[in-house]
This record gives sequence, C-alpha cells and structure tokens, in this order.
Amino acid sequence: MIAIIDINTGNLSNINRIVRGKVTSDPYEIEKSVKIIFPGVGSFQYVSQIIEPIKDLLVEKIKSGIPYLGICLGLEILFENSEEGPGNGLGVFNGTVKKFNGVKTPHMGWNTVNVKSPSKIMEGIGNDSFFYFMHSYYAPENQYTVMETEYGNKFASGIEMGNIYGVQFHPEKSGNDGIRVLKNFGGLK
Amino acid sequence: MLAKRIIGALDIAGDRVVKGVNFENVKDSGDPIQLAKRYESEGIDELVFLDIRATREKRNIMNMLVERVASEIYIPFTVGGGLTDIETMVKIIRNGADRIFINTYAVEHPEIIGKISDRIGSANTVIAIDSGRHNGNYYVYTHGGTLNAGIDAISWAQKAESLGAGELLVTSINTDGTKKGFDTDLIRKITGSVNIPVIASGGAGSPEDFLGVFQAGADGALAASIFHEGKYTANEIKKYLKGNGVNVRL
Repeated sequence: MIAIIDINTGNLSNINRIVRGKVTSDPYEIEKSVKIIFPGVGSFQYVSQIIEPIKDLLVEKIKSGIPYLGICLGLEILFENSEEGPGNGLGVFNGTVKKFNGVKTPHMGWNTVNVKSPSKIMEGIGNDSFFYFMHSYYAPENQYTVMETEYGNKFASGIEMGNIYGVQFHPEKSGNDGIRVLKNFGGLK
Repeated sequence: MLAKRIIGALDIAGDRVVKGVNFENVKDSGDPIQLAKRYESEGIDELVFLDIRATREKRNIMNMLVERVASEIYIPFTVGGGLTDIETMVKIIRNGADRIFINTYAVEHPEIIGKISDRIGSANTVIAIDSGRHNGNYYVYTHGGTLNAGIDAISWAQKAESLGAGELLVTSINTDGTKKGFDTDLIRKITGSVNIPVIASGGAGSPEDFLGVFQAGADGALAASIFHEGKYTANEIKKYLKGNGVNVRL
C-alpha cells in the first residue's frame, strides 16, 4: 500500500486517483506501507508541527529503503529546517530550505525542468518539459540534485538519493507529464 | 524559464457557468466541468472559479463542484467568492482546489490575510482586487464591484502583499466584459508596486490584448467570454504570443 501522508491541508485526491494509495496520518497505516508520498501544501512551521507524532516513524521508514516521494513541501521537509519559520524537518538531508531572493515570490506557474542525471520518476518525459510550481522556498543544491529549474538563478527542482525522491513542482497539477511522474513512482520496485 | 499564464475564468451561479458585462447582465454559458475539460485540452494553464452567488446553501454546491473539477482536470485551479472563514477555505483546498481568493472580506478584515497564509501557505492565498477608475485614480471596489471602498487600489495591493498575499487577481471594472483590451495602465501601476505575481483580468478580446497586458508586466492574464464563446482557444493565443517573443507553455 502507498501511504499518502495527510497533513490536513493539501489536496490529495488527484494523487490518490493516479497511484491508488491510501490517504492517511495513522501511524499504523504508515508502518504497514510499502511506499510513501508526502504531498505538500501549507507552511513549513505548520506541517512540521502536524507531523510531530509521526516524524520518527517517517524517518525510520525512509531509512528502511522504501520509495519515498516528497512533493513541494514534502521535498522541503526532508531537510533540517527552513527560512520560512520555526520547526524541524525530517533531517534526511543536511541544510536549510531557502527563500527566493530578488525575484517575484512565490515562484508561481509553469516552468521547465532540466533533468541533469537520469531519474526513474522522469522516464518517458522529455527534457525541459513544463511542470507547475507554486512555492516561495527551495531546497539547497546538494550532490543529490538531479533536476534543475531556472528562476532568477538555478535551483534544485528534483532530488534523488537511493529510493528517496523529491520534486519541487506539483506533478498532480502538471497535466500528462505530471501524471507520468506519479505513475513512474507508483511502478517503482 | 517561467511561462506567462493564460487563465480561464468560470463564474459560477448554482451549478452553472454564467457571464456578465461590467459585472451586470448575467447570462448562462454552460456546464462548468465540460468547459473546464475543454479549456484544459485547448491549452489553458489554469482555471479560476468565482462563486457569484455564494450563500450558505450554495456553498455545498460549490464544494461538490470543486471535488468534481479536481477529479477530472489535472491543472491548477483557484476558487473564491464570498469566502470569510478559514476552515471553509481549508475545506475547498482539501477538496482539490490549489488556491483560494478573497476580495470584499479582505478589504473589511485585512488581518485575515496573514491568518490564511499562515495556515495554507502564502503561495495558496490570492487577494482579488476589483478596481474602478475615477479622475485618474484607481479605487478598490467591493461586493461584486458595486461599492467603492474609497481605498487606493495601488496602496491596497501593496498592503495585501505585506500582509501575506501570494498573488493578486486584479480586475478592472471599467474594462470587464467589454472585450476591448485589458486595463494596461492599472496593471502597469500594480506590477510596478508589488513583488508578487499579478493576474490581470477584465477586457480580453483578442490575442493582441494578451500581448499588451504581458508587456505591461502581468504574470498571468485571465479571460472568460472569448473562451466561452469559442472565439479563440488558449493555444491559439499562446502561438501568437510565442511568435511575439512571450514565453508560454505550448
């Protein structure tokens, strides 16, 4: 079962329709899951608080090697903290999530994603395809950056480390290419 | 590079799409789901739903509509009209909308903007501004464009940004429904005064109008009539824009 983490804000129905998982925040369900999708709408501080009871479980599941896909805030929450506000992320990656500077914020709309190194979740999708973004904060570049997008400067729009995937864009709102990303993730072994 | 957005607007009354001219003379334009799906297939970048007769009982119809839209289309959409309490907004987002917008209530209770953006995120919080021109000044109008609030539209745009709005949806009452072009002067003034995305609305009649408003600084441009009537598709407008050097998603 794919657990789609319910953070009491985000719209999860599109994601669920594509991957046929279970929208839940129940530790028992998360414990049983074989994959996790963490979709993100909301503020870092709010979500950081909401997931407090399941934080250790999430980290444990991620470290056990099951596929994890973080979307938008679900990518940002993999880091230690954020310039958006107080609260701790999952700390799977080191570093602080940053706020855009010198450009209109939020970064809102369709932008292209440059796939730097092949990613299983981007299979079958042309390089520099358009995806929908809706965010003011972005993950710091690190060695696990596999996708980049330009907004003012280049930022990490996709990361991948083993079975841990994170995308800053919203595949569930990015038309057919977005559906493909979710299906690719759903098909991962 | 970030693309300029073409946005389709659907004014909803009950469970039908309607459209008026200068905020009046409302007429039926069809089924919202059918229209939304058609616009998506024709290249629209996102959709805005305005509940023009929002009341407590009609709100449930809107919630059902949001769920249906979310289940059938895979592009972003924003919902607004008569929203006042945060839990209703959260519910709309949970049902599948990406953003909510508020207008009159934000003017009357500006402090709500920060509360909404703290809860659902600034990027999901849109402030709609209806503006009318008098003696060269732009004023904020509330209650569906019927009441001059006596506030300068440019100052209000800046205040909304400082309070936590993530985007502005700026409609010119003077050009709305006329199909004679956007109010580029208003859009230029607002985009020059804030650092958040601005969606221009009111007056779209031709691809040239879209080019004009993007040159004036808009990040997105919204239209209803020309799409409802099938005069142009979003992709036709985008091809024209691309040919004129505007970055769009095609």
